[in-house]
Amino acid sequence: MTNSFSEFKNAKCFFCIGTNMTEAHPVAATFLKNAVRNGATLIVADPRKQPLTKYAKLFAQIKVGTDVAFLNGIMYVLIIEDLYDKEFVENNCVDFDKLKESVMKYPPEKAAGICKVSAEKITEIARTLASFKPVMLCYTLGITEHTCGKNNVMSTANLQMLLGNMGKESGGVNPLRGQNNVQGACDMAALPNVYHGYQKVTDPAMKEKFEKAWGVTGLSDKVGLMMPDMMEGLVSKKVRGFWIFGENLANSEPDISHVEHCLASAEFMVVQDIFPNETTKFADVILPSAAWSEDNGTFTNSERRINRVRKIKTPPGIAKPNWWIFKETAKHFGHEWPSNSGQEIWDNEISVLAPAYGGVKYHRIENDGLQWPCPTIEHPGTKYLYKDGKFSHGKGIFKSVEWTPPAEVEDKDFPFVLSTGRRLYQYHTRTQTGRAGMDALYKEETADISIADADRLGIKHGEKVYVESRRGKVNVTARVTEEVPAGMVWMTFHYREGNANWLTNAVFDPETKTAEYKACAVNVYK
Amino acid sequence: MKVTINGRLIEAKEGQTILQVALANGMYIPHLCYHDKVGAAGKCRACVVEVEGMRGLQTSCSVQLRDGMVINTDSETVKNAQKLVIDLMLSSGKHDCLSCEQNGNCELQDAAYFLGIERASVQYGDINRETDESSEFVYVERDKCISCGRCVEACNNVVVNEVINFGNRGHHTEIVFDTDLPMGQSTCVQCGECSQLCPVGAIVDKKNKGVARYWETQKVRTTCPYCGVGCQLELHVKGEQIVKVTGVEDAEPNKGRLCVKGRYGYDFIYSKDRLTTPLIKENGQFREASWEEALGLIREKFGKIIEESGPDAVAGVSCARSINEDSYSMQKLFRSVFKTNNIDHCART
Ligand code: SF4
Ligand code: SF4
Ligand code: SF4
Repeated sequence: MTNSFSEFKNAKCFFCIGTNMTEAHPVAATFLKNAVRNGATLIVADPRKQPLTKYAKLFAQIKVGTDVAFLNGIMYVLIIEDLYDKEFVENNCVDFDKLKESVMKYPPEKAAGICKVSAEKITEIARTLASFKPVMLCYTLGITEHTCGKNNVMSTANLQMLLGNMGKESGGVNPLRGQNNVQGACDMAALPNVYHGYQKVTDPAMKEKFEKAWGVTGLSDKVGLMMPDMMEGLVSKKVRGFWIFGENLANSEPDISHVEHCLASAEFMVVQDIFPNETTKFADVILPSAAWSEDNGTFTNSERRINRVRKIKTPPGIAKPNWWIFKETAKHFGHEWPSNSGQEIWDNEISVLAPAYGGVKYHRIENDGLQWPCPTIEHPGTKYLYKDGKFSHGKGIFKSVEWTPPAEVEDKDFPFVLSTGRRLYQYHTRTQTGRAGMDALYKEETADISIADADRLGIKHGEKVYVESRRGKVNVTARVTEEVPAGMVWMTFHYREGNANWLTNAVFDPETKTAEYKACAVNVYK
Repeated sequence: MKVTINGRLIEAKEGQTILQVALANGMYIPHLCYHDKVGAAGKCRACVVEVEGMRGLQTSCSVQLRDGMVINTDSETVKNAQKLVIDLMLSSGKHDCLSCEQNGNCELQDAAYFLGIERASVQYGDINRETDESSEFVYVERDKCISCGRCVEACNNVVVNEVINFGNRGHHTEIVFDTDLPMGQSTCVQCGECSQLCPVGAIVDKKNKGVARYWETQKVRTTCPYCGVGCQLELHVKGEQIVKVTGVEDAEPNKGRLCVKGRYGYDFIYSKDRLTTPLIKENGQFREASWEEALGLIREKFGKIIEESGPDAVAGVSCARSINEDSYSMQKLFRSVFKTNNIDHCART
C-alpha cells in the first residue's frame, strides 16, 4: 500500500475494486465502514454483489476480467470532460500523451460493451471520483489474479495519477495483501530478481555489495526463475533439486492435476513445513519447522509496517526455527553464518544491508511497528509514499494499457465463468484454520451460483452439483446466492475435496507470473 | 488549563472529560458504560461526582472540563450514590464470581471492591434471563449483563457489524442478536469485539471458559498470523498454552479490533498433527531421521546436482506466512551458498 490503514479514518472517498474486504481483510473493512458512517463516499467495482456493496453509494458489477476496459472508460470521461488534475499531471508525471492515446479508444459506450457496466454509470463514477480530492483506491487479488494482472495494476496507478491522488494522505493505490507476510517475503527478496529491499541482482554494484557483506564470491547476476517456471522446470529436468518452504503448492496452485504431475517429476525435493499436507507427500526429505509463536521475528503488513512476532512456546519434538534450518544447511556447505536469532539477523544483516530498513531495529519496534522506508535511526517511518507527488524514480510514468480478455472464456461446452476467492472463516488450504475450530463455521467447499441459473438448471440450494472445466471435475454443494451474477460460479480452495484448483487454469500474467485464478470456463450440472 | 480534583491541582487539556483526566492521574472513578473506544454514554451512572457550582451529581464521563473547575470524587454523597448504582447491578444479576470467567478482570467487581461492597443487598434479585451458547466462539450469559450498552456500541459503531441491540424479552430489556435470534444463527461474524469490551462476565470467549484465571496468564504482544492487515494481538498465556487472545487497544493498525481468525484461530500450533522430526523417504515410505542425517542428505543431493548441472538446476520457494528473518535466510542460502537466483514465493496467491 502506498498509504496506511490509519488514513481510512479521514478518507473522503474510497474506490474499492476487486476487494472483498469484509471477508478477506475484516479489520480493515471496519475502518472503511467507520469512514462511510462519517460521511465518506464508497464506490465498489466487483463482479459479485459482495458485502461491501451494502455500504456503497455506487456499485459497478463488472464482468470478470474487464478491469482495464472499465478503468480506461473512466479515464476517457476524465480526459474528455477535462476533469483530471492537470497540475499534478503536468508537474509530476510523464507520457500523458501515450495514456491519452490508448484511453481514447475506450469511450464509455465501448467500455460498457466489454465490462457490462452502463456508459451512464461509468460516467457517473468518473465524475464522482473527480469531485473528491483525494480518493483512496483499494484493491486485492481481484485486480492481480489475471493474465492481464500487471496491466490491471498499471491502470489503477494511471487513474490515481490522472486524478492527482498520489502522494497524498488518505489517497494512493492500496493493494491489501493477502497473507500475513507476503509483503515481507517480497521485501526480504524471496524474488528471483532482487536482493532484499528491492536491490537488483543485475546491478554490478549490488552484486559487489552483497558478495562483500556475505563473504562470498560469484553471486549470480542472472535473474532467476519464477515459481511457475520452476514447476515446468521440474518436468523438463532443468530444475532437479527443489526446496519448498511452507507453501502447500499441491492445493494452492491452479490446476492441481498438473501441479501434482510437476511435483512428482522432481528428482530431489525438500519440503519444510509445520504439518504434513498434500505437498509433503511428494518430498524426499521433510523438515519440521517452528510455527508462529515458536520463534521471535517480524512480519511486515500491507502498509509496510514491520511488526514484532514473539515466541511463547517451544516447537514440538525436535522441530527448529526456519532460519536455523537454513543456517545449518549453509554450514553443511562450509558456510558459517554469524547471526543466531531473529533479532541478530534483522539488526545486524537485514537492516544494515538495505537502506529502506536502516532505521528499523528491534528496540524501536517493541510496541507499534515502523513503516519502511525508514532509513535512519531517527526516522519516524513513512506513513504514505511519494509525498508531494515525488515518485521514487523521478516522475510518475503513465503506461498505455490495452484490455485483453482472460485466456479462457465461456463457450458452448463450458458456458460459465469460474472465479475464486476466500471466505471469512477459513484461510487458504486450512492447514491452520482447519485445526483451530473454524470448520464448525464453514465445513465444506460450495459452488456459489446465481438464483437465475439455479432456477434455470433446477438446482436447489444445498444440493450436490458437478462443476467441470477442461482440467478437472468436482462434486460440490451448490450455494444459491444473490451475491453471484448469472453466468458465474464462485468457489474457494479451502478444502481438498471440491477445491477450485482442480478446475482453475494454469495460465499466467507474462511478467508477474500471477495465475489467472479469477477466470476460467466451466460447466455446472446435476 | 488547570482543574482541582479532590484538592489536587491538575493540568488538563481542552476537550477532556472529568473521568479521562481523573483516570490519567491515577484517580479511580467507577465507570461501566464508558470505554475509550465507544465514548461516553452517561448511562450507568456509576461515575457520578460533585462539581462545585453545578447542581446535583454529574456523570464524570460526559462532563467536559473547564478551566478552574473544582471536582470532588470521594465525598460521602458521591460514594453513596456510586454504591447505590453498583449494588443495584450486583443485586439484579447472577454474580457468582467464583466460577465467572471475568473474575479478576471484571470492572463491576473492581467497582464493588473500591466502594467496599461486600455483598449485594439482594441476591439473585431478578434472574431468569436466557444464556446463549449457540455461537461457536462466544458465550453469552444474560444474567450477568448490566445493560451498560458497550457491546451494542461496539458491534454497531466500532466494527459496524450491526448485530447486537437492546430488545424486549419478557419484561426485560436485554441484548438481542438481529431480530432476537440465537447468536449462532444470527448474522454475527464472531469478531469478538463485544466480548473484548464487555466489562463483566456476560459476553466471554468460549475457548477460554474454565481454562485459566486472568491472573494466571502472562500477556504477550504479537502479530496475527493470518492476513496482511497485521493486527496486533495480546496473547494470554498460561505456561506454554495460549488460552485467550485480545486485540491490543490503541495499537496500530487495528486499534484493538480483531476478526474471527485473529481472535479465535490460534490453536493450530498445538495440533497433534504437527511435524516433530525430520523425515526421509525410503522405498516410498517416510522414516524418522536426525537433523544431521537429513541435512547431510540435502548436502549430498543438492551438492551433486549443482556439480553436475550448475547452480540453476536447484530452485526454492519461500513462505509468505513465516517471519522476515526466515525468508531472508532462505534467499541468502540460495544466493550465497547455491549461487542461484532461483528463489521465489507465492506473492501472487
Ligand atoms: S461479572 Fe463480575 S461481578 Fe459478576 S460474577 Fe463475573 S466477576 Fe463477579
Ligand atoms: S462477535 Fe462481533 S459481530 Fe458478533 S455480536 Fe459481537 S461484536 Fe457483533
Ligand atoms: S485479526 Fe483478522 S483482520 Fe486482523 S490480521 Fe488477523 S486475519 Fe487479518
